[in-house]
This record gives sequence, structure tokens and C-alpha cells, in this order.
Amino acid sequence: MRLRILDSGHGFGTKALFALIRMASRQPVLDVIKLVKYRPDFYGYPMSAVAQEAMRGPSTWSIGDRELMAAFVAKTNQCEFCTKAHAAVAQRAYSDGKSISALLSDLDTTSIKEPLRATLLMLGKLTREHAVDADDMRSVLAAGASRQQIEDALAVCFSFNVIGRLADAFGFFVPDSEAFEAGAKYLLTRGYR
Amino acid sequence: MSDIRQARKALVKRILEGAGNASSSERRAAFNNSGLAEPLGALVDKVARHAYRVTDEDIIAAKEPGLSEDQIFEMVVCAAVGQATRQYDTALAALETAAGNATRKE
Repeated sequence: MRLRILDSGHGFGTKALFALIRMASRQPVLDVIKLVKYRPDFYGYPMSAVAQEAMRGPSTWSIGDRELMAAFVAKTNQCEFCTKAHAAVAQRAYSDGKSISALLSDLDTTSIKEPLRATLLMLGKLTREHAVDADDMRSVLAAGASRQQIEDALAVCFSFNVIGRLADAFGFFVPDSEAFEAGAKYLLTRGYR
Repeated sequence: MSDIRQARKALVKRILEGAGNASSSERRAAFNNSGLAEPLGALVDKVARHAYRVTDEDIIAAKEPGLSEDQIFEMVVCAAVGQATRQYDTALAALETAAGNATRKE
């Protein structure tokens, strides 16, 4: 972590919480947790409310679909931490043996449904080029995604275009897969709050 | 997901208008990726356009004029939320145009 305050500038109560997390999970505390717990009134609380709504609020996209979108946005941004973290959550959420890493590498040759595929392609363009136009949206609508589904997907995209930038700018440590598995279990049981 | 608009609005209001170590005008400049002096301007621009290219040296350089870590924390958060907001708003406007046209065609 490039800012010392984010690594070790937390108050006593938060440090005690980190010790509990380390004991219970037998894993290091992920840097994303350290970020949201640092001066949480500035970023952690309001951003967690956004992420909770986008990732776990009412939507006709499943939790697995939304976690896949998060991983796809992260991969487009070349954010290793968020790609691994949310691929692990999506893998666990789908629980149908679908390979998330294969999906992230090639959307064209996999079996995901057309509305989701078209939505992911649009999110990829938005993330890569910072803009999309009405024709891009018409393609997604024509593929069968509803207007509300597109809005819901844009909320996921917003969240991970924030979080991924912070992960890379602050230099999040990328731990091994066991730490991400523990994180995935937590996000599926507790959400983003 | 109508609550998302409210949650996003609260986030932007907090980081730009709430208490902070950097001034509101500096935070707004980081959010807009516009009008910041170097070297902070270069860091903010990298966060907005390609955050994966940020290096240790970028952060060290941003601290050199005397900025605290808390100020850099706030400015980087504002830069990230600002860029994501511009993307989101552009996409929603495109959707509005596309869905509006689709409705008229029907």
C-alpha cells in the first residue's frame, strides 16, 4: 500500500477488528478492507452504500451476473486485485461449474446468454474508452437486455470503475487465491456493508 | 435500483462538500481532473485515465510540495469517483437516447 495511513493509520478499535479478522479467517486483512475502514465517513461508508445497492440491491441480474460484470470491468481496467477478487465471488455465486476465468478471456465462445454478453461488451467499451453512444445501447437493448437491466449494470460498472482505480493507485497487495476465497465467502454472506 | 441514484449522490456530496484535509475546491478539481498544478495534476490524471500505470514515484512526487497522505487519499478518491461519474452519466444519456428512440419507433 503506497500510503502508510491506509496500511496502519486506523484507530485502536479498527486495529482490534483486523486482528479478529486475521484470527477468524487465518488470512491477511485485504487492502480493500483497510481502505474502507480508514476515515470511513469520507469514503468507506458512502461507497459501501453504493456498492451494496449495486451488487446486492434488487435487480433481475443475479448476484453471479453482477460479480462477473465487476470482474470484467476490473479486467478491462487491468486491475489484478479486483479481477481476482470478483472472479472468485462470481465463481462461487454461480455454482454451476461455469469457468469464470474462461469467460473473462473470451466472451464470444462461451455459453452465457445474449443479454448478459451484450451488456458485458458495452461495459467493456465504456470502461476502456470512457464513453458509449446510443448505438451501443441499441445493440444491448436489441440483444434482449431491458432498460432497467442496463441501468443496473451501469451501477455495477460505476462501482468498479471507482474501486479498481483506488486499488491500483494505492497499490493494493495481491494475495494468494486462499485470501480471495475467504473474501468471496464473506462478500456472499455479508455483502458490501 | 432507484436507491442507487441517491447513494451515488450522497457519495459525491460527501467527498466534495464534506469536511476534509484538502480544500473543497482542490477536491472538486481532482474530481473534474482539471486545473491542478503538477505534480498532483499528473497523479490525478493517471488515476482518471489509466490507474494501473500509477507508480510509487507518482505518489512520492505528489507528496513533495508538502501534501499530507490524508490530502492525497482524498484527492485520489475524488479523481476516481469523478472519472467513474463521467462515464456513468455519459452512458445513462446514451441509454436515454436509445430507449427514447425505441419507444418512439414503437
